[in-house]
Amino acid sequence: MKHFFAALMLAISFQVMAVIETYEFETEAQEQLYTEIIHELRCPKCQNQTIAESNAGLSEDLRYIVYQKVSAGEEKRDILAYMQQRYGDFVLYDPPVKPSNYFLWFAPIFVFIIILIAVLARVGRRKVTPDSSDDTEEL
Amino acid sequence: MNKKIVLAVAPIITFIGLVVFFWFALDNDPQKLNSNLIDKPVPEFALPSLQNPEVVYTEKDLPKELFLLNVWGSWCGPCHIEHPYLMKYSKQYSVPIVGVNYKEKVIDGLKFIEEKGNPYSMVISDSDGQFAIDLGVYGAPETYIIDDTGTVRFRYVGVIDDRSWHKKILPVIEHVLGKTLKPIESTE
Repeated sequence: MKHFFAALMLAISFQVMAVIETYEFETEAQEQLYTEIIHELRCPKCQNQTIAESNAGLSEDLRYIVYQKVSAGEEKRDILAYMQQRYGDFVLYDPPVKPSNYFLWFAPIFVFIIILIAVLARVGRRKVTPDSSDDTEEL
Repeated sequence: MNKKIVLAVAPIITFIGLVVFFWFALDNDPQKLNSNLIDKPVPEFALPSLQNPEVVYTEKDLPKELFLLNVWGSWCGPCHIEHPYLMKYSKQYSVPIVGVNYKEKVIDGLKFIEEKGNPYSMVISDSDGQFAIDLGVYGAPETYIIDDTGTVRFRYVGVIDDRSWHKKILPVIEHVLGKTLKPIESTE
């Protein structure tokens, strides 16, 4: 059973690494930037894969665009903005905080505060009546 | 006494609230993305006509009335299913349909409309897919409703068939036009 799971894990891990094409960059920095960007963009066709991981045709096209733009010396900010203009916040794995997603960002804190208030209110209301008779006898 | 009632009812109300929330979430297809182009102009392009490669279309050549922009390719299975409906509705309604032949060799795109018929008033050949990326296309077929000012008003991802035409496409067309559309009397 252990071996089976080990084999299964191995099989899955190979899939994740399957990106076909390689691009030549003039500088090491550009190559790093390229790798960084494709790991931060979500494949619009897929549900939860970066364009670096996905082998969908669209991801391939988007990687090519990133490659072209990085080679042309464009900045990361501009490349992400280019993608965001076309595919919306969905393509960004680090979406901006804005009114439409305030709920997602702040609901956990909000719920936590409510729980905190409820707990504090309960604890505060509880009558602490130490059994003083026992203590004094011991002493 | 009052507090007990509140404590008893609160979980039930929470539960009902969640049921309603998740009930509506069931209809929410996570594959569907909102288009970022809504209420924005059609992106600029300069691409050859599929039938006459020497003719170059730009966004200025698009119809000056409300039209549908349909992104398709013969490699796309659902596009084959959609095609007969486009043929039907292009005859039944006076709404022009502009085709974008997406990521395909001209010869394959041509073969498709020659064999199956051409529902399009014009077909743009986007063989490298750049125009589709500017549109934010993530899967074919996709259909955009564009108004007489060249503004994108709606995007539909998926196959146009009788159901989606009457439930999704036609209501938006009628809403944008501000009038109901009657099918042209069929000659059958």
